[in-house]
Amino acid sequence: MTVNLQFDPIRLPPECEILRAEVRAFLAEEIAAGTFDPHQPGHGDSYNRAFSRRVGAKGWIGMTWPKRYGGHERSQLERYVVTEEFRVANAPSHLHFVADRQSGPILLKYAPEHVKADVLPRICGGELCFSIGMSEPGSGSDLFAAKTKATKTDGGWRINGSKIWTTNAQVADYMLALFRTASPTKENRRHGLTQFLVDMKAPGIMVNPINQMTGKPGFNEVVFDNAFVPDDHVLGEIDGAWKQATSELAYERSGPERFLETFYLLLELIRALGPEPDLRGAEGLGRLVAQLHTLRRMSVSVAGMLQAGKEPVVEGSIVKDLGTLWEQKLPGRVRELAAFVEAEMLNRATLEDQLAFATVVAPKFTIQGGTTEILRGIIARGLGLR
Amino acid sequence: MQTLAAPRRRVGMKTGKTWAWAPSRIISLRKQPRGSSLTSPLAWASEDLGGSGGTLADGFAILATAGRFALAAPLAETLAAAWLLSHASVKLPVNAMTIAPVRPHDRIILDADGRLSGRASGVPFAQEAEHIAVLAHSDERPMIALAAVKDSRLAEGRNLAGDASNTVTFDGVRPLADVPAPIGLDQTTLMQMGSVIRSVQIAAALQAILSLSVAYANERVAFERPIGKFQAVQQNLARLAGEVAAALAVSGSAANAIAQADASEDAAFLEAASAKIRTAEAAAEGAAIAHQVLGAIGFTEEHVLHRFTLRMLSWRDDFGNESYWAAELGRRVVRRGADEFWPLVASR
Repeated sequence: MTVNLQFDPIRLPPECEILRAEVRAFLAEEIAAGTFDPHQPGHGDSYNRAFSRRVGAKGWIGMTWPKRYGGHERSQLERYVVTEEFRVANAPSHLHFVADRQSGPILLKYAPEHVKADVLPRICGGELCFSIGMSEPGSGSDLFAAKTKATKTDGGWRINGSKIWTTNAQVADYMLALFRTASPTKENRRHGLTQFLVDMKAPGIMVNPINQMTGKPGFNEVVFDNAFVPDDHVLGEIDGAWKQATSELAYERSGPERFLETFYLLLELIRALGPEPDLRGAEGLGRLVAQLHTLRRMSVSVAGMLQAGKEPVVEGSIVKDLGTLWEQKLPGRVRELAAFVEAEMLNRATLEDQLAFATVVAPKFTIQGGTTEILRGIIARGLGLR
Repeated sequence: MQTLAAPRRRVGMKTGKTWAWAPSRIISLRKQPRGSSLTSPLAWASEDLGGSGGTLADGFAILATAGRFALAAPLAETLAAAWLLSHASVKLPVNAMTIAPVRPHDRIILDADGRLSGRASGVPFAQEAEHIAVLAHSDERPMIALAAVKDSRLAEGRNLAGDASNTVTFDGVRPLADVPAPIGLDQTTLMQMGSVIRSVQIAAALQAILSLSVAYANERVAFERPIGKFQAVQQNLARLAGEVAAALAVSGSAANAIAQADASEDAAFLEAASAKIRTAEAAAEGAAIAHQVLGAIGFTEEHVLHRFTLRMLSWRDDFGNESYWAAELGRRVVRRGADEFWPLVASR
């Protein structure tokens, strides 16, 4: 048998470069105004409601969605440009990014018309933050072992149980969550979960922050105590979320955010090496550049496939597998290559601060959004091994 | 010219139920009739020069196909020679050619009397080619020359896969033709073109290796299951798929950049250097995984696997190895400075 992997050499069309110039000008203004510091690691993960609204006003959230829901009907490749420029600049896009990347597309596909008309324009305006309720205290990568229950009641559902490691929950307006509406069957252990849109302001929802090993908030435990979700917030097929959840992950996997989260380290390494690097520094840097260029060309290619209406599940998983491993190793490589850079280099202190942050944050890259092991299982299935 | 007998090799090997073919010498360049479909080795020269007038993209597609069969014949070398000679409007000989130099620091000189001197090491298939296209240095500018292999001195040599790889010495050889290279074509250009050619071949060989490894894992039973059902083996093959994907993406991008000729000098350099660096890394990683999956049978002379793995590991060394390109790329990046780094990456 022949295994067919395809990565066509997609180039960004000219309209993308016009857009890129606009995005860079906007970000430069925001930096000048003191909204964020591009050299400060971790800023890309911070929340800034006013900034997200300005991004929304620019038309850069929900870019590919229909205009009738506040979208802009632009291409996946244009969205790609905005995403990568924001990441490279370290701009605080966390508030709107999850909604833009994955919650919105799910709502577009499965929410009732009036819910779409209500929620999607507010996402596009940068007003809404979404979280994703999948992992539970007893289940993580094994998505379909979730136990948190949704019980049918008058006009809706009562939710009991808890989600955990939920990013954004401490600020989120909504959660897209998987709840158990029936037991799994003998034939299909994935049966019985349903996807819901949960208003985080509803009574009976308690959010308990869990600090991450960076010392910063990020994780949460979300406890549902008889919280009510109305019928029209059911997304898609009751008991059939297993058909939906996997396509959400495909969107989540292949974007430039999967290898640009610690991009600032590479820039700082270039500054530290200076114009006359030793051979070891030059060679090491060259390899990192080649690897980054390769990842980006792969990622752009997947964006091109999404634009063409394909579902590049295997290719997307490969991009995340390679991309997250690369950025996880990046702090270590930069540390080695900068080891012999003179102590009085101008940016030594900045580099060391960034390295300290990136080294601590690196373990999460290969866990969030599908662990390396899960991704490789998906790739193996695509290869015909499972 | 010294004549050195090519070793006879078995060309196919049964792997479980799968026959994987790696035809040796399926293309006879010397005997092919003009105008037949087999003029593909001359795709990169126009018809009035004796080529078949194909596009650069056609040529890379031919190379990818040949790479999937680990072709042990100077097809890529003949294509590259035709490409170089077509820049000088030199009429092409209809036989197997190779190209020199293939190492970035080898220098061949064309002196004022019009004679070639110098040494090029690792010239692929030199002893099996009749002509050699040469990029030579002269006092003024780079020159493109066509020389007969028999007029040079060859030292015996073979790459890891057993393909001829000779040190070629020119001791005042008078070339059959010599023409100044067009402005902008120099040894770096040649190394970039050669690197992209090799990266396309490596990616194609990796594709074949992936198919072969997956097929074997699905057939070979151990502990009462096909070994492909074991997670440890699945994870290794998924890693192999990642390396194949990276090699395909970066080599395809670089070949496209050359075919479109729309990149700035630095961007073209980024594409070509990255292709060679990343495919060479993928070759090393991929070969190791495939050999691990196939176990002892893949380590036999009989089995086809080494024809792919050893050839692609050898290809890493031609036209500048990955360490050379990485150092050059790193130097270019720091010279541009940190602020100009992302714009370069984003321009592709």
